[in-house]
Parts: sequence; C-alpha cells; structure tokens
Amino acid sequence: MSTLRRPSMIGDSLAQLGSAGLFLFAILAALPGSLRHFRETVRQIWFVGGMSLVIIMTCGLFVGMVLSLQLYYTLSIFGGTAALGTVVALSLFRELGPVVTALLFAGRAGTSITAEIGLMRATDQLSAMEMMAVDPMAYVVAPRFLAGIVAMPLLACVFNALGILGAHLVGVTWLGLDNGTFWGNMTSSVDVWTDVINGVWKSTAFGAVIALIATFQGYTTPPTSEGVAYATTRTVVSSSIVVLALDFVMTAFLM
Amino acid sequence: MTQPRRAFQVGSGLFILLGFAALAYLATQTTSIANYRQGDSYTLKARFTNIGQLKLRAPIKVAGVRVGSVKSIELDDKALDAIVLLSIDKRFGELPDDSAAAIFTSGLLGDQYVGIQPGGSPDMFKDGDEVVLTQSSMQLEDLIGKFLVGGDSTKPAADAEPASPPR
Repeated sequence: MSTLRRPSMIGDSLAQLGSAGLFLFAILAALPGSLRHFRETVRQIWFVGGMSLVIIMTCGLFVGMVLSLQLYYTLSIFGGTAALGTVVALSLFRELGPVVTALLFAGRAGTSITAEIGLMRATDQLSAMEMMAVDPMAYVVAPRFLAGIVAMPLLACVFNALGILGAHLVGVTWLGLDNGTFWGNMTSSVDVWTDVINGVWKSTAFGAVIALIATFQGYTTPPTSEGVAYATTRTVVSSSIVVLALDFVMTAFLM
Repeated sequence: MTQPRRAFQVGSGLFILLGFAALAYLATQTTSIANYRQGDSYTLKARFTNIGQLKLRAPIKVAGVRVGSVKSIELDDKALDAIVLLSIDKRFGELPDDSAAAIFTSGLLGDQYVGIQPGGSPDMFKDGDEVVLTQSSMQLEDLIGKFLVGGDSTKPAADAEPASPPR
C-alpha cells in the first residue's frame, strides 16, 4: 500500500506540469467571460503593475549604476570606455531588463496573487462565488493573468529607462565620460527591433508565465494556512527557475 | 464606493501611460530610429570586388559627415562582384560624378562605412548613376599576408613557401 501511495518526484512534477497546462486552457477559456469584469482587470493592473513601480524604478536605477561602474572598469583595461553606453544599453535591453524585472515581479506581484487567491481558497470564498453563479476563473483568475501580461513589459521598459539614466549618471556625471560619446555610440549600435522590441517580447512571455504560475499555485493550494505559505514559496521558486530557463530558450530563438 | 474605484482606474491609466512613455523614450533616445526616417533621397550604384564586413544601413560619409546609408547589397551573378546601392539624402545632391567610393573601417576594429571622396567634375551625380571609381575594403588578413611574404603584393600569401624567412 505504502509503495503504491508514495508519489515519485518525477511523476509528481509531471502531474503539476500537466495540471498547470490544463489550468492555462481554463484561463484562456475564461478570458471572454472576464471581459464583463473589465474593471476588475484594470484594478489588477494597478495592484500588480502600478504598485510595483517603486521597487522596479529603484532597482533599475541601481542596476544601471552598478553596470556602468563595473563595465567602465573592465572596458578601461582595453581602452574601450567609449563603448560604455552601447554595452550598458545592449545588456540592459536584451537580458538584464526583462530578467531582473521578471524576478522582482515574481517576488513582488506573483506572491501577492498567490497569497490572495490561496486565502480565498482557504476561506471558501471561491466556492461561495461558484454558488452565486460567479465563475471564479473569469472573475478572480483571468483578470490577474491579463494584468500580469500587460504590466510586465511596461515595467521592464520603465526598468530599462531608469537603468540607462543610472548608467548615464555614473558614466558621464561621475566618471567623466563624454556625454556625446555615451549617447552617440549607443544610438548607432542599438536597434529598435532586434534589441528593444525583442526585450519587450521576452518580458511579455515572462509576465504570462509568472501570472500563470502564481494563479495556479493560489488556485490549487491546500486550504490551510500552511498550504498557502508553501504555495507562495513555490510561486517564487518555480517562477524564477522557469523565467531563467525560458530566457535561455527565447534568447536562442530570438537572437 | 465609486471614489476608490475611480482612483484605481486613474492609477492604472497613469501606470500604462508611464510604461509607454518609457518605451517611447527607449525607442527614440537610445536607438538610431531617427536616422532611418530619411527625407527624399537618391540612389547611386557602386561595384566592389570585396565589401568586407559592410552591412545594410551602414553609414555613407563625405569628409566624415553622414550623408546617407547603404540600401542594399547584392552579388552580380555574371561579374561576381558586389553591387551596393547607396541611398543618399537629397540635401547632398551636389556630388561630382567622378567621385570615388571606398569602404573604410572606423577605428582599427570598428564598423565599416562607405566613404565618398569628391572629385572635380562640373557634372553632378543623378539618381541611378553608377560610381565607377571604387576601392574595396582593406582586408586585415591580406595585409598580414603581404607583410609575411615581405611586401610582395603581386604574390598571394598562399603561394609563399611556409619555411621561407621574411626578407
């Protein structure tokens, strides 16, 4: 009996993956119904995106500043400090902007989505909604999923913009690089489609993945306070892993 | 009851506006999108035996000033040389028709660009004209090869005996 009951780790993760996939289809099926609760989606965009602005802007500024400082040191070994603007912009737009924003977003917004839905599950609010003929997939899950997809690329753009400003602050104002060199080399090497828009696609995909994981973990949490705690932890852990793995795959395809 | 709901909507709207403002800032200030939007331009043709690392949209410069960009690069399948179409801004319409086009490298290892050295002809290039005087890009490998065989430029580096000391 015990050998039959003990779930294997591989089988367990496969089952999780499968039910997450089914959950994605359930969300997509509930999307048309969620249009009737459009206000709820707008409200979630504020909760998920607007309220993450402070952490995203602060971190963007500091990442840009430290990137500028480190790369200035490295480039000065080769006498190539003129390329500072280019290197900072490319590494921010192509890689750091989407990924760091996604990790912060998973910690800031993903956890709150999981905890909120998980607590709704634990206190039977989701069952109560079903009894009142309100579809919780359309009223609770789909708006948060949509909000994640909308908010993530916008947050990544804000992160990138603040990162560039931070790099300019350190590189030009502090380390004394020429202002024209900084911007001129950047504008001649950065391309709108292959660099900026590619980062936007990446961050959109990250937003969808994080929102899916967060809502899935919240929706399927065991209805206990311990279950909610585990679900919140799992959201951060699996979001981070999936974001970094997906980042590699998307970079390989979009390059 | 309606008051907080409106506040959310205003906040979401502001957030979305800020996000798109950031995207517009990135697209216009950190990339060369402004340079792609050219006004009226005319096209010149130039043949090169070797274009090196020349890329599409590489700048075209006269005396170091950007006057246009490379529009297309194709291989002539009869003559087996590269046909480069140069798109030059209408503002710079006064190029003598005996000007020479050459492929230069900015810095030792930088990007390549097409430099035009103005000639002295009284007639000017018109749309669709061909630049006859061209000079291909300098190949670092060729230079090294020539150096190794002692500056004998008529003899390719591959023909040199590997054991022969540099003269």
